[in-house]
Amino acid sequence: MTMPSTTAAPPERDVAPLLSLRAVNKSFGAVHVLQDVDFDVYPGQVTALVGDNGAGKSTLIKGIAGSQTFDNGDYVFEGAPVTVHSPKDANALGIEVVYQDLALCDNLDIVHNLFLGRELTKNGVLDEATMERRATETLAGLSVRTVRSIRQQVASLSGGQRQTVAIARSVLWNSKLVILDEPTAALGVAQTEQVLKLVRRLADRGLAVVLISHNLNDVFAVADHISVLYLGRTAAQVRSKDVTYNQVVELITGGRSGSLGLSAEQQPEDVAAEAADPVVTAGAGGPATETREETR
Amino acid sequence: MSTATSPVTEGPTQLPTPEPRSLGSAVSDYLARVRGGDVGSLPAVLGLVVLFIVFSILRPNTFTNAFNIANLVNQSAAVIVIAMGLVFVLLLGEIDLAAGWTAGTAAAMMGVVLTREGWAWPLAVVVCLLTGAAVGTLIGLLVARLGIPSFVVTLAAFLALQGVLLKTIGEGGTIAIRDETLLALNNNTMPVWLGWALFAVVVGVYALLSLRRAATRRAGGLQSESTAVVLAKVAVLAVLLGIVVAYLSRERSRNPLISSIKGVPEVVLLLVLLFVGLNFVLARTSFGRHVYAVGGNAEAARRAGINVNTIKLLCFIIGSTLAAVGGILLASRDNSISPTTGGAQTLLYAVGAAVIGGTSLFGGKGKILDAVLGGLVIGVIINGMGLLNQPTSVVYMVTGLVLLVAASVDALSRRRAMATGRV
Repeated sequence: MTMPSTTAAPPERDVAPLLSLRAVNKSFGAVHVLQDVDFDVYPGQVTALVGDNGAGKSTLIKGIAGSQTFDNGDYVFEGAPVTVHSPKDANALGIEVVYQDLALCDNLDIVHNLFLGRELTKNGVLDEATMERRATETLAGLSVRTVRSIRQQVASLSGGQRQTVAIARSVLWNSKLVILDEPTAALGVAQTEQVLKLVRRLADRGLAVVLISHNLNDVFAVADHISVLYLGRTAAQVRSKDVTYNQVVELITGGRSGSLGLSAEQQPEDVAAEAADPVVTAGAGGPATETREETR
Repeated sequence: MSTATSPVTEGPTQLPTPEPRSLGSAVSDYLARVRGGDVGSLPAVLGLVVLFIVFSILRPNTFTNAFNIANLVNQSAAVIVIAMGLVFVLLLGEIDLAAGWTAGTAAAMMGVVLTREGWAWPLAVVVCLLTGAAVGTLIGLLVARLGIPSFVVTLAAFLALQGVLLKTIGEGGTIAIRDETLLALNNNTMPVWLGWALFAVVVGVYALLSLRRAATRRAGGLQSESTAVVLAKVAVLAVLLGIVVAYLSRERSRNPLISSIKGVPEVVLLLVLLFVGLNFVLARTSFGRHVYAVGGNAEAARRAGINVNTIKLLCFIIGSTLAAVGGILLASRDNSISPTTGGAQTLLYAVGAAVIGGTSLFGGKGKILDAVLGGLVIGVIINGMGLLNQPTSVVYMVTGLVLLVAASVDALSRRRAMATGRV
């Protein structure tokens, strides 16, 4: 499958993608949620997945994580085609998802939450000492110092700390790909900063990170690559340093920005007619963004 | 051992080994927890102490004599065991309104095979436990698979089992229990030496496990309790249990020459075994951890790969099987099974026991000790009010009041915990 000429050239030729989706499709009845979507994720880098509500981000993530399977298309992990039919398959490959509505148990402490569902046992008995040691090491390895005690209940943690625990859980298992669904959605400024730093550290440790976010400030702060979904299609896969804020906004809202994005004939028909006007505005925005690029 | 310098550099995961907790800091930690709303077993213990003092003053001769204390244990045993089972169900945030009649029905099945079929008692006990397990399986499947609220399912079972019980023993009839072993279970006492041996084993094993745990944690470089703290806890346990055993080992027969009654009631051995075993399951196994997880946040548990339906099913089976054990104790105590065995207030007392002990009706919070302490509080009220020659009406009202106080303590400590972020 060749990339549409309108999308940017495949970024970072020297690094092979850890995960490559090619022309994946997913329909719910008559609704074609994902149409020939391509998606690449690189080890040691943060790939932001952006798109408006209903663009298909969640469906794409669920397909990667195995909780919903794609109808067709290629799922290539570490260069080999794989089939992922359940979350367990994805976990076995080293794929972990940190969900938006934090999947933590308030009545359990940090150690219990980190090892939830995968407790370490010795002769059938919970091995609390080893779990606590590994939890402490993992949090220290992520340079998390804000937690008072690793044995405190998760209910007593702030939003940022809870997000930290959820992220730490995903890296506890030698995972290779961590998908973060809106990790900063409910956080204040300082906590957002703290979580974004953590996201960057994950990538610096060699993990492939997928960051789903509506906040383009966050995206530009940490992401190496930006993938834009528009009405179930891949509008663009670009390096974040090659695009501007405005271009990404146009890609999200209209599916194209100047030479980037979907061509008119790729747009869904009902939208293509509507898009006649937005194309003009996109063209009007084009020169502005180009001048901004030149000033770099 | 590294010194307590905080790591400044990123990357290396070398951490300082925390100092073992000293006796002083252990006490101040506990006080801070209580102030923060994490009251644990404190209300039940305080309630027990206050009730003991009140009844001892009002009935100095009859309440605090060894005969009555032993009686109290036998009276409370069934409610305690049923409450232990309810803790599993309540931890999920579910309820089992049928636990009382499950006890009665299972006991009736046991009675039938024992008297009409002439089976040996071990087989009859197996039938009883299987009946409980079957009821639990049915309730669990309906709740977990079909998603019917447990309140409705167990309300239906509450009515239906009452009918099954009547059908089994015949309208208005009773089944007499004549098996010596079963009668002894909740009536007889063990020899004095056996009581002390049980005491020694319990204290010894507790001390050993606590010391070993502290040593493992120290070896792993984790915060641990100092030996002084561990020994202090062991000493407190030894003194409390020692007083009870010594008291129960006194002669309490009105006419010792004819028949001597002394020693710890036999049922205590069963209670200790159940307490230790169930505590182990809840606190030390993956299954137990998953029960708390499902009660705390079922969706999080599901996403973590825990089979929520299986956990629910197992908890209902455990709950109903323990209710069946409670049924055996009821039958043993009454020497018979009647249409009211497990009925009347049995279920409400058991739920009340768990709640008074500190188990939350909202799920995710509770332990086996709650059932024991709460069951004893209920037992003391019933027993003490009986000695005061109070009419049943007053007993009910006082019991209701105590339950309300316990629920208020739970709600207030919960609010306090919310405010201090402990929950």
